[in-house]
Amino acid sequence: MRVAQYMKKWFPVFALPTFLAFILAFVVPFGMGLYLSFTSFRTVNDARWVGVQNYVTAFTENNDFLHSLGFTVVFTVVSVISVNVIAFALAMALTRAIKGTNIFRAVFFLPNLIGGIVLGYVWNLLINAVLKAMFSQDLTYSATYGFWGLVIVVNWQMIGYMMVIYIAGIQNIPSEVMEAAEIDAAGFWAKLFQVTLPMLAGSITICLFLTLSNCLKMFDQNLALTDGAPNNETEGLALNIYRTFYAIRNHQGVGQAKAVVFFIFVSVVAYLQLRATRSKEIDA
Amino acid sequence: MTSRRKVQAVIGFLALLILAIIYMIPLAMVLMNSLKGNLFVSQSPFALPDAQSFSAFQNYTGGVEKTGFFKALGLSLFITIISTVVIVLVTSMTAWYIARVKAWYTTVLYYLFVFSMIVPFQMVMFTMSKVANVTGLDNPLGIIVLYTGFGAGLSVFIYVGFIRSIPIELEEAAMIDGASTWSVFFRVIFPILRPTAMTIAILNAMWIWNDYLLPYLVIGSQWQTIPIAVRSYMVGSYGQKDMGGFMAMLVLAIIPIIVFFLIGQKSIIKGVTAGAVKG
Repeated sequence: MRVAQYMKKWFPVFALPTFLAFILAFVVPFGMGLYLSFTSFRTVNDARWVGVQNYVTAFTENNDFLHSLGFTVVFTVVSVISVNVIAFALAMALTRAIKGTNIFRAVFFLPNLIGGIVLGYVWNLLINAVLKAMFSQDLTYSATYGFWGLVIVVNWQMIGYMMVIYIAGIQNIPSEVMEAAEIDAAGFWAKLFQVTLPMLAGSITICLFLTLSNCLKMFDQNLALTDGAPNNETEGLALNIYRTFYAIRNHQGVGQAKAVVFFIFVSVVAYLQLRATRSKEIDA
Repeated sequence: MTSRRKVQAVIGFLALLILAIIYMIPLAMVLMNSLKGNLFVSQSPFALPDAQSFSAFQNYTGGVEKTGFFKALGLSLFITIISTVVIVLVTSMTAWYIARVKAWYTTVLYYLFVFSMIVPFQMVMFTMSKVANVTGLDNPLGIIVLYTGFGAGLSVFIYVGFIRSIPIELEEAAMIDGASTWSVFFRVIFPILRPTAMTIAILNAMWIWNDYLLPYLVIGSQWQTIPIAVRSYMVGSYGQKDMGGFMAMLVLAIIPIIVFFLIGQKSIIKGVTAGAVKG
């Protein structure tokens, strides 16, 4: 209690600098964004109240927003599953007595450090070269190419990160637990489903959360790899919102309304996921 | 039994080796094509550079000139390093205050920070660039303030989690000995926080270094960081695209990251794991 009393008056020194930056970068823009989603504006100063008109326009003007929502959802489901399954398999392999595990870990982890823009262009080159050699086509030819291209890019980027988290989790499983299972002559699958996975519930929660929110919010990779081509068919939510703001005339209000919908969608999904997986966690 | 185990280990090793090689193909492709003449990049991207297609470092010298690469590198380094140092320092102070002073406003502040982590950037991108414009933060120094505000959520959250596990008796003892609040923090608390500070530094540096949209919207019309320079090179070149030069730019953009990784591999992997587990 004493400490708190000593500290209280130090608010201006300890808390204020971060708080001020936070107000400028987040609190004010967030509040303004909420308000502006109910107005028509181009430069903020000329905002005029229009009620829910922007929200109606976002969904009814054309099919693009709903299409991007669908694209993002399918992309997220496919990527979250593939990233986590592969990352987990790698983590299992790399926690065994195999030579060179450290080098393998480094190789798989490295792409995670490269940002979405550079990564998107690296893969743009490779995928286009492959498509050209095989079918004389490129990424702009079909949305299927763009979709799977994005899945591959995101897998390549995130598998290493999730693998590292799973490895830490596996190494934290007490060896007595495994030995007990082995004495009971549990087979590989029995050990996997009845010992390893339940013991890893904490790591699984984190990895699902990180992959889920990253996939839902994906922007840079989308911009660099496909830029929505062909015909906005490979446009995810974030890219659709960005273009509504900056590429369509007089649509800032609509863009802001879409952004609010996006924010609510991401929050609800993240909340449901955390609640669902947290309940499966056991205290080890 | 043992020989079967050995065979399994060899097969596992080979499978991983093949996978690791496949994993490196994209980077190898870019590196290979960065050494080839423009025409050969689009015509025969899979061919190794030969006497005819090899262009030495022409792509690099040309690309560096066209993008102003070293200027972008300098700007990226400046923004990333200063922002990271500022975030590590000020958010640790804030987190200490929030963790130790129990009042309604610290609770509100804490939940606001946590809340900000989930909000997608698109929600605030337009209004934030307007705020930056009005308040004069639309320059390389001002953007550090924005990064501090935007990076505060995750950083405060991780710091607070850790500080709550430090017994408060340490601070009490120091204060009874007559130490000021200031020196309690920097002499007692901050040294204990060092591993967490490392995690915060790595997580923020990775994010800020690669960030595209925020600097593009706020300072992009005058200042180019590396991701902005890479993208504007690709989008800005109409007609005949200088693909060779573009490959060279991608390689140059990746080199600093690989250097960073080679220097700090252990702390980086430890840092992101710790950050994720606490987050």
